Amino acid sequence: MPHDIPVPQIAPDGQPVQAEEHGQHPISLYLKVWGYLFLLSTLSYLVDYMHVQGIVRWTLIILFMLLKAGLILSIFMHLAWERLSLIYAILVPPLVLLVLVRIMSIEADYAYWTRAIFMGGGG
Amino acid sequence: MSHTVSDRRDREVIAPTLREIAADWSADQEVFRHTHWGKAMMWIFLLSDTFIFSCFLTGYMTIRSSAVLPWPNTAEVFALVIGGQKIPLILIAIMTFVLISSSGTMAMAVNYGYRRDRRKTAILMLLTALFGASFVGMQAFEWTKLIVEEGVRPWSNPMGAPQFGATFFMITGFHGLHVSCGVILLLIIASKVARGHYDRTGDYSAVEIAGLYWHFVDLVWVFIFAFFYLW
Repeated sequence: MPHDIPVPQIAPDGQPVQAEEHGQHPISLYLKVWGYLFLLSTLSYLVDYMHVQGIVRWTLIILFMLLKAGLILSIFMHLAWERLSLIYAILVPPLVLLVLVRIMSIEADYAYWTRAIFMGGGG
Repeated sequence: MSHTVSDRRDREVIAPTLREIAADWSADQEVFRHTHWGKAMMWIFLLSDTFIFSCFLTGYMTIRSSAVLPWPNTAEVFALVIGGQKIPLILIAIMTFVLISSSGTMAMAVNYGYRRDRRKTAILMLLTALFGASFVGMQAFEWTKLIVEEGVRPWSNPMGAPQFGATFFMITGFHGLHVSCGVILLLIIASKVARGHYDRTGDYSAVEIAGLYWHFVDLVWVFIFAFFYLW
């Protein structure tokens, strides 16, 4: 079921056509992604090993993390070959978590300074 | 020149895909109609699981940045002495490589499943389960070391901030539980593959669905590795 060609609309009951589709990816694709994931993990380990600190450290960690997540999601979990609506249904909802992260970082800041100023820094 | 090229791209690539999304979500069309129901359900489960793990990690962020006592240096806490030399964070690095390898073998198992190659699918799934089990084994070793040697408890931590113990046991414990469940799931599906169950039904989707779960467990580890161990 090639998703980028607008034929599947006529697919009668949806499901069974899939079977042939995934088998067509060569095994070498998965080995390649495996290799990339090893490389990226090694690089993020080296960030720690080389004692990279400060903003460079955070940037590199996040960068390698997102690249790894992207490879796993798109190739291993086959998201690259899914319909766009399904991809959006999966990837858009977690974005609201960024709001939670923002709220909680404000909260953490407040708790930290409350402890530092009014509780003698003892927590 | 470039203007007309981007116009063409708008017309021929972007507009049809946007129309497809609108059609899928509207009227009598369904987003998941072309997807195997089990796969759609697994994705919805994984989405909910994403929120659970994100809440844990956000809680960890909050707790760590509001802690007044110093946070332990994970590179030293999780170091191992190999050949008389102390290598920082090496245990976690090995666990990461093991889990990534299990994801690789799982992806190939799914591929062979769709090629109806019963033997290779079953063997690769068993290999995946083996990697998963060794990951859980190393985690048990890591926990034992932390509890017995370092004296870390969910409520206290001799190396500094007591919150370290709480978040560590909660996050890695929940992830380890997921890996353990995954190993059981893989063993069940692999034995069904080996017995030819899916050849009779003609539907190997169960392998791909189990694969989705397994890759998700690996995906969560990527985030835990970055935020908990490397940060």
